[in-house]
Order: sequence, then C-alpha cells, then structure tokens
Amino acid sequence: MVDAPIAARGRRNLGVAVFFRRYAALAGLVVLLAFNFAVTPNFASLQTLNVNLTQVAEIVIVSVGMTLVISTGGIDLSVGSLMAIAGALAPLIFLSPFGAAFPILGDALAFVVPVVVATLLGLFNGWFITRFQVQPIVGTLVMFIAGRGIGQVLTNGNLQVFHNPVFQFIGLGRIFGAPFQVIIMLIAVGLAAWMLRRTLFGRHVLAVGGNERAARLSGVPVDRVKQFVYAISGLCAGVAGLVVISINSSSDANLVGLGMELDAIAAVAVGGTPFTGGQANVIGSMVGALLIQLLRYTLLANGVPDAAALVVKGVIIAGAVWSQQRGRTA
Amino acid sequence: MSAPKAVAWVAQQRVLIALVALIAFGALRYDHFLGAFNVLSVLRYNSMFALTSLGMAFVIMNAGIDLSVGTTAACASVVAALLSPYGLLPGLVGGVGAGFVVGVVNAFMITRMRILPFVATLAGMLMASGTGLLLAHNQSISVSYDTDFTWLGQGDFLGFPVPAWIAGLAYVYGSLVLNYTAFGRYILAIGGNEDAARLMGLPVDTVIFWAYVQSGVCAGFAGVILAAQFGAGQPAEGVGWELFSIAAVVVGGTLLTGGMGSVVTTLFGVLLLGLIFNVLNFENGLGWISLSAFWQSVVRGVFLMVVVMAGSGRRRALAAA
Repeated sequence: MVDAPIAARGRRNLGVAVFFRRYAALAGLVVLLAFNFAVTPNFASLQTLNVNLTQVAEIVIVSVGMTLVISTGGIDLSVGSLMAIAGALAPLIFLSPFGAAFPILGDALAFVVPVVVATLLGLFNGWFITRFQVQPIVGTLVMFIAGRGIGQVLTNGNLQVFHNPVFQFIGLGRIFGAPFQVIIMLIAVGLAAWMLRRTLFGRHVLAVGGNERAARLSGVPVDRVKQFVYAISGLCAGVAGLVVISINSSSDANLVGLGMELDAIAAVAVGGTPFTGGQANVIGSMVGALLIQLLRYTLLANGVPDAAALVVKGVIIAGAVWSQQRGRTA
Repeated sequence: MSAPKAVAWVAQQRVLIALVALIAFGALRYDHFLGAFNVLSVLRYNSMFALTSLGMAFVIMNAGIDLSVGTTAACASVVAALLSPYGLLPGLVGGVGAGFVVGVVNAFMITRMRILPFVATLAGMLMASGTGLLLAHNQSISVSYDTDFTWLGQGDFLGFPVPAWIAGLAYVYGSLVLNYTAFGRYILAIGGNEDAARLMGLPVDTVIFWAYVQSGVCAGFAGVILAAQFGAGQPAEGVGWELFSIAAVVVGGTLLTGGMGSVVTTLFGVLLLGLIFNVLNFENGLGWISLSAFWQSVVRGVFLMVVVMAGSGRRRALAAA
C-alpha cells in the first residue's frame, strides 16, 4: 500500500500514531462515505460514483507526477500551464486541413504530439532546475507564467470547439462501463507505485529526495533523475490536458488546468507525502484527491454553497497535514 | 566591504540597470511613455502588486513563502467595499483588518501547528478565497460613492496617486524595518539559519509569526486599493498575484533560500515586470507589430528565466565566498 521509506524504519514501530499518519486520509474517506450513505439522498448509485470519479481523474493523473516531484524534494507549479498547452495543441492538429484530410493520422498525432510537447517542456523544467541550480518553485514558476501565454498565443486566446468522437474517447469513452480516464488514472497510479517500489529509478527518486548529497556521493545520477521526474510530471499534465478538453468538447487556453497545480499539491499533501522529500505515497495522493473531491460533493449535495466548501477544503488540507506531522514526530 | 556585500551591491545595481534601460528604451521609442498620464497610471495600477510583493519579500527573506496574498487581497477588497458606506476609515480599517486576520491564521498554522509554509498558506489561500466569496455572495460588491472611500484608489495627493503614496510609504517602512530594527535583522538571521537563530536565543516563532501577519496586512492594503480603484470589492480577483509577487521578489534579487534580500530591489522587480506589460502596449500602439496581450506572460516568463540564469552565477560566487 504505502511505499516504504528508504530505510525500513517504518516496520519497527507500527504504533497508533504511525497508523494514524499513514491512513488518516483513508480513514477520512471512509467516514465521509459512511456519512454520505446515511445522509445524502441517492448517494448509493452508479451515477454518483461515475460523476465523482470522472471529476477527480484529471487531478489524480496530475498528482501522480506531482507526487514523484515532491518526493525528490521539489515542486512543479507548471502543470496547469502544460495542460493548457497540450489542450491547445490537440485541436489545432485534428482541426487543421492536414488532420481533416487524414483523420486517422490526425487523431493519432493529436494524441501524441501534445503529450510529447508537454513531456519535453517538463524535461526543460528539470534541465533548468538542475543546470542552473534553481529552486524548483522558481524554476517551474517560469513555465507557469510563460506556459499559459504560449497556449494562448497558439490559439490567439480563442475557444476551440470541436466534435471528434475518436479523439474524445480519452475523456468520454467507456470500457466495460468504466470511464476511460478513470482507467488511465488507475494505470498511472499503479505504474508509479510499482516503479517506486520495484525499480532502480524509483529507489533513486527516493534517495535523491531523502538526502541529495548522499545520493550524489553514492553514485546516483541526481540531475538525470530530477530531469526525468519533471518530464514525467509534464507527461501526466499533458494527458490530463487532453482528458479535460475531451470532456468539455472545447479547448480554452485561458481556463484549461487553471489552478491545477494547487489542487494536485493539495491532494499530495492530504495523501501523506511529506514535502521534505524522500518518501512517496502515490496511492495516498489518489486517496487525498478522492477525499477532497468527495468532501466538496458532500457539501454541495447537502446545500452548502461552493464558497464555504473552499473554506472547508482549506481546513481539511491544514488538518490532514497537521495530523500527519503529529504522527511523524510522535 | 566584505565579498558577499559587494556581490549583493552589484546585484542590486543590476536590477536598477535593467529598470533604467527599460525606461530609457521606452522613453526613446514612444512619445508619451514618460508622459504624466502613463507614469501615473502605471504607478496607480502596480501599487497593489508592490504591496503584496513587499509582504512577500519579508516572508521569503525569512525562508518562507506566502501563497495567500492574492486571495487575501480579494477578501480584503470585499470587506472594504462592504464597509465603504460608513466612510473612508472603516473601509480602510476593515480591509486591512481582514488581511491581518488571514495573516494571523497563516502564522498560527506555521508556528503553532508546525505546517510547512507552502501548505499552510495554500490552506490560508483557500480559506480567504472562500470567505471573500461567502461575504460577497459570489458577486462583485460595489463600493459606496457617497463617502470619500474611493479617494484611496482614485484620488491624488500632491500630484501623485494615493495608492502610490501608500505603497511608497510601505516601502520606506519596510526598508527601515529591515535594515534598522531588531525585527528586520532577526528576519534575515532566521531565514539564513533557523536552527542557529534558535540556539542564539532569538524569538524565532514570534518573528516568523509577525512576518506572516505583516504579509497579510500588506495584502489587506492591496485589497483596499483594489476596491477603491475599480469601484468594487472583487472576490474572484487576486488569482495568480502570489506568483507574480514571488516573481517580482526573485527578479529583485532576493534568494528564495532566505537570509538575504532587499526591500528596494523588490520594488524595482515589481516595476520591471509591470513595465514589460506597459512597453508591450506601447509597441502595439506603434502599429509595426501586433503582439496580443498574451505575449506579455510569455515575455514575463522568459524575463524571469533570464534573471534566474544571471543570478545562478552570483549564487555560485556566494557559495565560493
């Protein structure tokens, strides 16, 4: 479930405090579910499940990359802007004369090119941060500011409306009744969790976040690991951008992914990945995103205004991190 | 002059040189760039960002971060607008008070609950935004024109816009506090090495607490100006102000690692970023090229990148010193 810290230190004292820190978000989710089954009308329906899962999928996909970045001790503010760029590029490709002439090739390129571009821009973030030894918050701030501008310049700030069933499968399609983006989300979470536990790269990521200097001295290619992690974050953002525009049947570079960096960071924080690096809990991030989403849904379904839900969200983020920190020091 | 001081001095001049160069470029190229109307409207508009950036500069020199300044300003603008029918002073005090409260909440989360500043102020950001929207019922709140509240945003005093006076005085205050008071020195000491500062017996938590409260108050002033200048409390404004402010502080040569920085160069950073937008507007006015407003964020981002690249050599020099 939880990716172990580098040393097997968690094994020794699996006391109440540690349990609380690790599963606080999960416990919150269970409580919230129980509350909803009891109180919210029509909660126990497949529709409710689908609404919540489809809304949360994009945040979870982005927060997978964010979890990796944060576990190296970094942060990626650029994800929302990269979503906007990917979202701006895809319709430009399949709506172009070329895309109209060769629909299959056009649709394929509309999937591949935006994701590749977002990945490369993520790689650029990593290169910039490692080459100039910039703090991640500043390094990705550059792409945060410039990225959305690039998306807006590409589309001239116009709304691109489209109807393209093949392309929109990524956001509207279903496999055995499950929304396609939810499957993408589960695959992304599973891959990342597996990678962190079972691959050399995963151990390198945690080593860099745990103690960068020690990792460098023991021969971990620190810079390359970081660059790769930011590239993965860009990849996740690119995929999420395509999901969003498919659901909306339109792409607006001014709005796609706006504020996504904070949603993803909040999910990671609630999910129990510490911002100091060295530990990663990808499944926790998914639980965190689900918790935040379900909380908002619960409040809205019970007639609480959206603005109040924002305040509660803030309180939940602070409370979750606070309880985890108490668990850590106890 | 010790080596780090000399390096810092050069860095300070570098920001100033860039600012002077940009102004000279604009003055030579465009007819009305240095005209009273343009200068005063640039000052009037950017005073809000100058204020949030000032609070941010202190927090960053303290090795923290404050993501809540934008929504705090929005929340404060709503409170100020709601209180504006009672007069200038209630509106001002209410708006600044709202900023104070958000600052206290942030500071409490950071110093008492031991939550990392990034996460704590992210939570504070959401709380301030939600509170502003609740108070305003998701709408803009028109300010009262029966009282002289709008003077705070639209008025002039001795030929200069009132918001520019407020921001200017705030920077004088900030500069004096940073350089000549114990609080200012403690801010830098704690930002440089918190553990060492604690061992030296400095009141670390108290100083951190007031740094965030100060940032909240600065954002409160910015919110009052926002309401008074545009005639409405705007609960949905302020999105991205925190990142603009961080960018301005970084452009001003303050390191995010804390322990170093300057108030004056932060102001230069704000003016530089603000003037880029202004220059782009003038460039479009000339008609040679037609750059959409969207280019401004691309240019700002690239500019920030160049500044950071230029600063990376300086950091290495510092590490060597």
